[in-house]
Amino acid sequence: MTGWLGVQEWQAVALSLKVSLWATALSLPLGILIAYALARWQFRGKQVLNGLVHLPLILPPVVTGYLLLLTFGRRGPVGAWLEEVFGLVLAFRWTGAVLAASIMAFPLMVRAIRLAIEAVDPRLEQAAATLGASRPWVFATVTLPLILPGLIAGALLAFAKAMGEFGATITFVSNIPGQTQTLPSAIYTFLQVPGGEASALRLVLVSVAVAMAALVASELLARRAARRVAGA
Amino acid sequence: MSLAVDIAQPLGRFDLAVAFEAPGGITALFGRSGTGKTTVINAVAGLLRPRTGRIAICGETLLDTAAGIDLPAHRRRLGYVFQDGRLFPHLSVRQNLTFGARFAPRGAKGPSLEEVCDLLGIDDLLERRPGALSGGEHQRVAIGRALLSRPRMLLMDEPLAALDAPRKEEILPHLERLRDHTAIPILYVSHSVAEVARLATYVVVLESGRVARAGPAERVLSDPATVRQLGLREAGSILPASVARHHDDGLTELDVTGGRLFLPRMDRPEGTQTRVRVLAHDVILARERPAGLSALNILPGVVLTIREGSGPGVIVQMQCGEDRLLARITRRSAEAMKLAPGVRVHAVIKSVSIARTDVGAG
Repeated sequence: MTGWLGVQEWQAVALSLKVSLWATALSLPLGILIAYALARWQFRGKQVLNGLVHLPLILPPVVTGYLLLLTFGRRGPVGAWLEEVFGLVLAFRWTGAVLAASIMAFPLMVRAIRLAIEAVDPRLEQAAATLGASRPWVFATVTLPLILPGLIAGALLAFAKAMGEFGATITFVSNIPGQTQTLPSAIYTFLQVPGGEASALRLVLVSVAVAMAALVASELLARRAARRVAGA
Repeated sequence: MSLAVDIAQPLGRFDLAVAFEAPGGITALFGRSGTGKTTVINAVAGLLRPRTGRIAICGETLLDTAAGIDLPAHRRRLGYVFQDGRLFPHLSVRQNLTFGARFAPRGAKGPSLEEVCDLLGIDDLLERRPGALSGGEHQRVAIGRALLSRPRMLLMDEPLAALDAPRKEEILPHLERLRDHTAIPILYVSHSVAEVARLATYVVVLESGRVARAGPAERVLSDPATVRQLGLREAGSILPASVARHHDDGLTELDVTGGRLFLPRMDRPEGTQTRVRVLAHDVILARERPAGLSALNILPGVVLTIREGSGPGVIVQMQCGEDRLLARITRRSAEAMKLAPGVRVHAVIKSVSIARTDVGAG
């Protein structure tokens, strides 16, 4: 693979895969929680939370990236605190790319999972409660298995969105080859230099391949999960 | 083992205010649709919190709005069989059945998986998925699932209402076995007089959110005052009976307290306790014991009350031995026969009326 791709190209592909996997994995628990809250709970500020979650979908990505920089930059309130307490620096690091990708992909993930939760018949959850299952048990044994297809779809959407994230990432963590240069940033860079079209084209092919593979994998997983849920 | 309910809850059309006690056996919560039956059973289950009230089982308080007690559904230990079954579609029948076992307290007594499968005839379904079950199988598994959660009581909300007649017939014997072979009390919501007459040991009649009548099934069903709630067509009484003898001509002789009855052959050993249902419109009255009549089943009795309705008919309640029988006759006949409380009569029961399907095996 490295023989076909140049070093810089390979680094961009590997980084994008790493960033997207981490972004998907880290935002999944919070995504499930918020999707559940939006689908099932009545509370004050529900519309505000809903708006906040969807904001990155509507804002220009550059604006999101700049807001991240203001908040999570080394001099930003959260960024300074993270560095002081945990020694964690996000700005201009690959970890920052994970944060940017997570936030940009979050609305898509929450949306898919929320739809799946809303499709679960609450009467099944009631039935589980009458059989002695407490709320967490009901979630683990009934709700979670039933939303698995939606969960897989949401995770795939988030992964695909993270793979393609460009604006917020380049604003927040810049475009440093080998460190923060993701696949879209690399394609953009190659298109800016003379003779870079061949590299850009190779990365485009990789993008298409990764997207197709993810799509097929999630389709298979979701179909298997849906068959289980259908109970046939 | 008894359940005590006293709750109030505003509903759309009326304010529900229901108080009753359910002893052991099967207590039927009977009423037409929209009388608040499901609200009551959901309040007992903990799925609905009534505005005010108390619910206690065996002295343990499940709900007491005045004292701020409201045990969540999962800690009430009441097995609920829903009208629509509600099996978990992502689990096999076996996994559905054993779902509640892990939440039951250690040492809670109850039938084993084998016993439940045997009782409900579901051994062959264990590895299937709920989606591959028929309606009747689905409901039997739902009953088994509730039983295996080791509940203190079973709640059943119209468990047969969604099934056609043959499927109902498939499940009713299992419910009878449940009543007769396990000690677990059941609160059974139904709008079907036939089901109530066959299953219930105690009946609570609801009307517009109030308890209209409550008492042992034989008493409530053979009370002329209940006829309005039951509907004229379904009015009738149930008589406890025991199988006395099987005759060679294909008839089975049953002893009731007021005499004996002959039915088409029952597949029950002699000595078996059972109950028969006699519909009011299937009873003819006579002042003298009729002779030269093809009817086999004639019980002597004494008129207790005569209840007049708005139409041309009256409902006559009579004492036959220790049981009460209802007869629906015309007012004209009642006047011609000079019927009045204390008058001795003979009840001619058209033998077709004691249909096999109306006989509850006990």
